[in-house]
Amino acid sequence: MFSKLFTPNKEIPRSIYIAAGIASFVAFIGFWSVLSYGGLVNPLFLPAPDIIWKTAINQFIDGEILSDIGISFSRVALGFFFAALVGVPLGMLMGSLRIMEGAFEPIIGFIRYMPASAFIPLFILWIGLGEAEKMAVIFFGTFFQLTLMVMDVTKNIQNDLIEVSYTLGASKGQIFRKVILPASLPGIVDTLRITFGWAWTYLVVAEIVGATSGLGFMIMQASRFLKPEKIIVGIIIIGLLGMIIDLLFKVLYRASFSWMRKEG
Amino acid sequence: MDNAKLIIDQVGKVFPTKAGEMVALDQTSFSIKDGEFVTILGPSGCGKSTILRIVAGLEQPSSGRVLLDGKEVKEPGPDRGMVFQSYTLYPWLTVEDNISFGLELKGVPKKQRLETAQHYLNLIGLKGFEKHYPVQLSGGMKQRVAIARALANDPKILLMDEPFGALDAQTRTIMQEILLKVWEESRKTILFITHDVEEAIFLGDSVYVMTARPGRLKKNIKVPLDRPREFSVKQSPEFLDLKNELLGLIREETLKVV
Repeated sequence: MFSKLFTPNKEIPRSIYIAAGIASFVAFIGFWSVLSYGGLVNPLFLPAPDIIWKTAINQFIDGEILSDIGISFSRVALGFFFAALVGVPLGMLMGSLRIMEGAFEPIIGFIRYMPASAFIPLFILWIGLGEAEKMAVIFFGTFFQLTLMVMDVTKNIQNDLIEVSYTLGASKGQIFRKVILPASLPGIVDTLRITFGWAWTYLVVAEIVGATSGLGFMIMQASRFLKPEKIIVGIIIIGLLGMIIDLLFKVLYRASFSWMRKEG
Repeated sequence: MDNAKLIIDQVGKVFPTKAGEMVALDQTSFSIKDGEFVTILGPSGCGKSTILRIVAGLEQPSSGRVLLDGKEVKEPGPDRGMVFQSYTLYPWLTVEDNISFGLELKGVPKKQRLETAQHYLNLIGLKGFEKHYPVQLSGGMKQRVAIARALANDPKILLMDEPFGALDAQTRTIMQEILLKVWEESRKTILFITHDVEEAIFLGDSVYVMTARPGRLKKNIKVPLDRPREFSVKQSPEFLDLKNELLGLIREETLKVV
């Protein structure tokens, strides 16, 4: 029984699988509790779990955190939306037309290694301190990766699938609409799920400079006034939001692509 | 060549490689009559798929030309249906939508499309599977649907590139019988590529044997077996004689490249 759990690629009971996930969380909080309640770490550096919990409750009762969540979410969502709006079609074209790949792959491959955070001063110069600047950071942080990942998805469509479509009489336009698009859709949704997660990580960067609201701003304020419990609450909220969106994408994926599963 | 459906006229193919030019197909000529079932038999890498891809229009010949009903083939089109060795069904479409895909491209109304799909579903013996997705089908079923999809377009010729090559031996023999039945009913002209000697004889009116690279026609043999053919014909002396002859020819060619 015990040895089966450590056999490579062997399936294990679902209950044990879930229990293992819960155990990790419990171990994490347990380790944290030992450090804080045990007095091993200065509470100024690491507040105890119950302090974090109370802070979170107070912030939600206070209500200000809700508007921070709202504004941060809209920044991430809109910045990411525009990145996907341009990146998905461009990536699909790059994955299917060699001329587009030749034209854009080198420059995108170059820009994507430039740090988005270092562009913030430039964005402020170019577009000011408003909402557009925050979204520009999110856009910049996700667009290039997203485009290249969509390109790979489209490129990996089985060539025979496209050739057989030509022999069935498909025009070039029909190949795009009726073959390449549906064939790459599951991969695109999965790419969006992964890159949307990255968009959240750029949020704090975007809200460090020139922001007066949002979760990132809240975290920066808390750090200025040395309130580690607030910092941790902000971080946990961002983590939870990211995880919820990730789950929603997975649900959408399962619902939309039932044809990928044997049970139908 | 008066009643020829398909004419392969001096067709050759040269691929550029780093080491210089590689002749995949020496200049080759032959023709296929309307309703004829021709199998091309050759060792692997002999350019037999190249011929088929040129006829399909997926590959341009380096020399010569291909004529279908007297018209030169320039690009792929629905008048030449193709079945690949790999599974090429659209995984996001049901079986009936897969079969009627070519008709949808043409803009045929849905009702008519589904009627045609029904007809071919019956023909390939997959009635009741219309709403299934490809992932739910076995390999043999997938290839039957691929055949139905190509036929639903009512092409002038059906091109088959080792369509049963990925199937296990038992399934393959059953698929051969199903294909013959379909052919008896539709009387399509078929050009069928294989490296399996039994398959080439069992299916074909004539077998074209190809040489190892550079590919060339080595011999054209008429198959002296009556139609319709049953599975049991594979035990007949005529079949076995022909099989031995072809095995010898293929062995000669394979030895050159092994």
